[in-house]
Amino acid sequence: MAEKKIRVLVAKPGLDGHDRGAKVVARALRDAGMEVIYTGLRQTPEMIVEAAIQEDVDVVGLSILSGAHMTLVPRVVNLLRDNGVDDVLVVVGGIIPDEDVPALNEIGVRGIFGPGTPTQDIVEFIRREIGDR
Amino acid sequence: MNLIQDTLNRDRRAIARLISHIENGEPDAREALAVLYPHTGRAYIVGVTGAPGTGKSTLVNELAKAYRRLDQPRTVGIIAVDPTSPFSGGAILGDRIRMRDLAGDAGIFVRSMATRGSLGGLARATADAIKVLDAAGYEVIFVETVGAGQAEVDIAKTAYTTIVVEAPGLGDEIQALKAGIMEIADIFVVNKADREGADSTVAAIRMMLDLNHASHVEGQGWRPPVCKTIAVRGDGVPALVEEIEAHSAFLRESGLLGQRERERVTTEFEYLLHEQLMRQFVSRVSPEQWDELIERIVRREVDPYTAAEKLLREMT
Repeated sequence: MAEKKIRVLVAKPGLDGHDRGAKVVARALRDAGMEVIYTGLRQTPEMIVEAAIQEDVDVVGLSILSGAHMTLVPRVVNLLRDNGVDDVLVVVGGIIPDEDVPALNEIGVRGIFGPGTPTQDIVEFIRREIGDR
Repeated sequence: MNLIQDTLNRDRRAIARLISHIENGEPDAREALAVLYPHTGRAYIVGVTGAPGTGKSTLVNELAKAYRRLDQPRTVGIIAVDPTSPFSGGAILGDRIRMRDLAGDAGIFVRSMATRGSLGGLARATADAIKVLDAAGYEVIFVETVGAGQAEVDIAKTAYTTIVVEAPGLGDEIQALKAGIMEIADIFVVNKADREGADSTVAAIRMMLDLNHASHVEGQGWRPPVCKTIAVRGDGVPALVEEIEAHSAFLRESGLLGQRERERVTTEFEYLLHEQLMRQFVSRVSPEQWDELIERIVRREVDPYTAAEKLLREMT
């Protein structure tokens, strides 16, 4: 019978054109039985939030390698809140310097995954966080 | 959030959440669908199918934009279906990659959907998700099937107008003669028409249509047109919109629209009845009895037909 699946939006905001990492993560989440909505490169925060709403995802995963995370991530988080989306887990992957982590945690980003993170860690993190609901 | 009332008011979060509840088989979904049902039946449903890589998503993207640009713009709902992995149960739903232009238009709603084990090119929940978008007031609903081969023809029972998308060089004349997907088209599109071989693909489809025309009278007065498009540039899309509208007008004027709707409802009703009867029936058979019967069939002590008849006789 029908069962609940974890739905994840994997998005690349900003202008960097490298989506290999995002694709590897998307594939790993699929292999873990999740439904991954992959939106491709150069998404604006507005596009990401609109997709998150229409697809009713449990998780929004942002992949950022450009260094613009301190601009882009807060914009996505704020837009989600402005649209009344308060039940979505936001995770960030990419190159995030250690000193930025506390600030991102502060605005509600739960998981931050740097280069070399085993994909299984991301899968388990999401399962644990979503399972808690 | 009141899922029913907010859906009728076209609240995007409510629509999205209700579709999830339908996909997950949650109990409140059935109740909501019952309340929404009288509000459905107004949308025009267009199916878009074809082999992987023919450009279905890009075409749907352009069609949606074209409907939004009409003198009297129509609101557009899109359901894009991609396959669930039979091994992991997961899916990558990538149709939005080609639909990025549609962001920011409140008159468009895009939902990606995984097949979750269905084989006909659509998901089990697709028909009900269409009802939700219909009740929410989306006037034209495009349903993009999984990249389909020859057997994925469920879309023809779901949509009023079915568009089959081909691309040059993918299937040659032999493919055009094959049964299945080619027979469900109300409109053919040869996309990527700037590629070599586009004209021979068009010719192959026309030849097949001529043969079909000679052999049976199906279609009852409608010969599927063959449209050439270059979807990435939007070329040929306005002409395709005209053909969709022409087919819609043909169905209305000929009375076939009502007939198609009746067939669609019949199929859906039979399917539901089948499912519920099966569930009710199986729930009355004990697991031990069930296992024993299966085991006997495996051991060739009884054949499946006789076993089914015997079980039915015992239970009724």
